[in-house]
Amino acid sequence: MTIQAYLILSALAFILGVIGVLTRRNAIIVFMSIELMLNSVNLSLVAFSSYLGDVRGQMLVFFVMTVAAAEAAVGLAIIIALFRNKQTINLDEMNILKW
Amino acid sequence: MTLETILFYTLGMIFVGSALMVITRRNPVIAALYLILNFFCLAGLYLTLHAQFIAVIQVLVYAGAIMVLFLFVIMLLNLGDEQRLAEKISFRKILAAGLGVGLLLELLYIVGFIDVPMPEGDFSKGVDIGTVEYIGKELFTTYLFPFEVTSILLLAAMVGAVVLAKKKLE
Repeated sequence: MTIQAYLILSALAFILGVIGVLTRRNAIIVFMSIELMLNSVNLSLVAFSSYLGDVRGQMLVFFVMTVAAAEAAVGLAIIIALFRNKQTINLDEMNILKW
Repeated sequence: MTLETILFYTLGMIFVGSALMVITRRNPVIAALYLILNFFCLAGLYLTLHAQFIAVIQVLVYAGAIMVLFLFVIMLLNLGDEQRLAEKISFRKILAAGLGVGLLLELLYIVGFIDVPMPEGDFSKGVDIGTVEYIGKELFTTYLFPFEVTSILLLAAMVGAVVLAKKKLE
């Protein structure tokens, strides 16, 4: 396989994540789309790391995963707090910061 | 067609297909299950790139820990299908899809048609760097400081999650 094939795959998954964030109104699904984007970037990092024989890409993926785990924990806690206050996770109804 | 090529295409198709299912399903539980399938395919793709350690971590951390957290939250909130949010075609959606397709074409153009000067390489170079032994050695020598800082990040996230999800603070 060529590196281009992996990059195209990564681009496709990233765009699907972008479309998910832009179109869906369910906070949890938006959150999952963000995870999708993080993972597609990880794929291109690992592809380059393996292609160039350089371990730094894989180290970066390791740290991205750690940050993603922390982000998931905090983000889901925020979603729970929002649901407790508004009884919904529809993002259109969360406009308290909108001017 | 070698076995590697067949594996790549199969896993790649399931990878993109399940990603598509994640963003189109109404029921968040089904979307989460498709996301788990997506993560498993990604772990397989990492294996075709000889990154064994990352593949194992992908299954353990993402498909195991993070998705369990997601499913727990969905269960706690007791969400049904989002019928009420009647997903009709709106101006915003068309705009988002157009933007997405434009971005995709841009990325494909960069990958396929621009001749970026790139160091020579091939995937056989990655055979020995993806092992637990090599990554562990690197992690505890060159990357020791970032590794230790990570523990503080995780502690902060843990405390933050508990504080945010608590009913009221005393």
